[in-house]
Amino acid sequence: MSVDLATVKRVAHLARIAVPEADLPKLQGELNAILGFVEQLNEVDVAGVEPMTSVTPMAMKLRADIVNDGEIADTIVANAPASEDNYFMVPKVIE
Amino acid sequence: MTDLTRLTLTEARDGLKAKTFSATEITKAHIASVEKARALNAYVLETPEHALKQAAVSDAKLAKGEGGPLEGLPLGIKDLFATQGVRTTACSKILGNFVPAYESTVSSQLWRDGAVMLGKLNNDEFAMGSSNETSAFGPVVNPWRRKGSNVGAGATGAIEGAHLVPGGSSGGSASAVAADLCLAATATDTGGSIRQPAAFTGTVGIKPTYGRCSRWGIVAFASSLDQAGPIGKTVRDCAVMLRSMAGHDPKDTTSVDMAVPDYEKAAGRSVKGMKIGIPREYRLEGLNSEIDALWQKGIDWLKAAGAEIVEISLPHTKYALPAYYIVAPAEASSNLARYDGVRYGLREQGRDIVEMYEKTRSAGFGAEVKRRIMIGTYVLSAGYYDAYYLRAQKVRTLIKRDFDQAYAAGIDAVLTPATPSAAFGIGEKGSADPVEMYLNDIFTVTVNMAGLPGIAVPAGLDSQGLPLGLQLIGRPFDEETLFSLGQVIEDAAGRFPVSERWWS
Repeated sequence: MSVDLATVKRVAHLARIAVPEADLPKLQGELNAILGFVEQLNEVDVAGVEPMTSVTPMAMKLRADIVNDGEIADTIVANAPASEDNYFMVPKVIE
Repeated sequence: MTDLTRLTLTEARDGLKAKTFSATEITKAHIASVEKARALNAYVLETPEHALKQAAVSDAKLAKGEGGPLEGLPLGIKDLFATQGVRTTACSKILGNFVPAYESTVSSQLWRDGAVMLGKLNNDEFAMGSSNETSAFGPVVNPWRRKGSNVGAGATGAIEGAHLVPGGSSGGSASAVAADLCLAATATDTGGSIRQPAAFTGTVGIKPTYGRCSRWGIVAFASSLDQAGPIGKTVRDCAVMLRSMAGHDPKDTTSVDMAVPDYEKAAGRSVKGMKIGIPREYRLEGLNSEIDALWQKGIDWLKAAGAEIVEISLPHTKYALPAYYIVAPAEASSNLARYDGVRYGLREQGRDIVEMYEKTRSAGFGAEVKRRIMIGTYVLSAGYYDAYYLRAQKVRTLIKRDFDQAYAAGIDAVLTPATPSAAFGIGEKGSADPVEMYLNDIFTVTVNMAGLPGIAVPAGLDSQGLPLGLQLIGRPFDEETLFSLGQVIEDAAGRFPVSERWWS
């Protein structure tokens, strides 16, 4: 399978990465090179094979349902590009 | 006095215990060598004051005959490990000046055991690369040069000539260890990022079994493949490092609750009677004849040490790399969704929140990271999930089954080349086709796909005078066997220190 320019644009938007129009053809070529490379997986007979979910078979561990952290709002927003009163600030999302 | 930076980690440890020199002395020696090697670009952040403070604490402990297994030993930390109060960037512009409020579990265990931090080491952006060329801080220089190469330090101290890459993604770690800019370094390995740079620089690197080291506090790339491990000057040094790095951590549900053995005891243990598998599928058509000859040497060395050599088959080997280039980008696209310009790192302004996200991520991520996020987004998108991601995960089951069957048949470890070539020149690979660069990991990536431990040990020099490595792959959680076999190779091949410090 290979991707066309419209698909590259759609995927870039899904990935939330702005790609200048002029860069799209080069990116399309690179993505198609990778997709061409992975195409060989179609040779493999995977009938009846379970997909891997964990390389080391292990039971999911449970922990006690207790509060073990918190009251550190200042620390949490310390690296934010914009914050006010311990809130993260973003562009207006509601009209 | 002898040059303290030339010591191995274990030699330095023994010297500190014997009070031949102090932690402050060996730390100062390393700080000086780091300063003189800035042209190699191995460190992205030097923390000399922090190091000297830690060394002073170590000296006080050592004077009382106390101290942990790594007391007073100066190390470098890959910039993928969160270090509390010390900038951590994954060598990406998108993390900008991120200063973690927490310490990764692995690095915290090193400090618990007395180690000293010299600074943060360069790597490919988000560990995505095989040459350290994708770092936002620029490429790292391999301290090895081809015979007759014109690479050198110019009048200004900058590197002149077309230097070699140290491999990646842990290129800073490998280069720093090879150039004596630390006694050992932390690294991470998702598809070969510890073993390939170790092979390119004549150093030793081990990727432990998935689950052996906690991933908590390490910047995530592909969560089902990422593992931390050390790069060191010797097999024994790596054994000592791994013992401190490994261990159960309740904060990482995939970390395994198993006792960590004293790995150093395994280095030097007899390998008599061990069955070593030689997978025929690794004899690639057109494989570099020098690599092939080195592999044969490795076989002879292990045989001479009493191991039994058995030809085995791992039929799905050739599908590991293509399956990896679905699984790893898929997980990366999900993991890297968190870089949105809201909670930390870079933010570019936009008219609305979506434009802010898109501009931030466009400006913050480099070309290789963008490519992988987009491949990952595509293979996970509606209508393609089954054809790509689900199929790749099924192939992964088959790759692991190949190894399971070999081990069930009594194989103790598998011997392969570490890389298909020696270190290559900067800008030589992958500029036209990203897949050309990906092929570097052809021998290492199966190990991540199957969650197994793998060690790369330098085994010889090629005709250009560059180091080449062999890889040993073990049973799950049997790193000890790898240290025993690795020691046999090191004893037979000798060590490969960089002889001339041409950069300083």
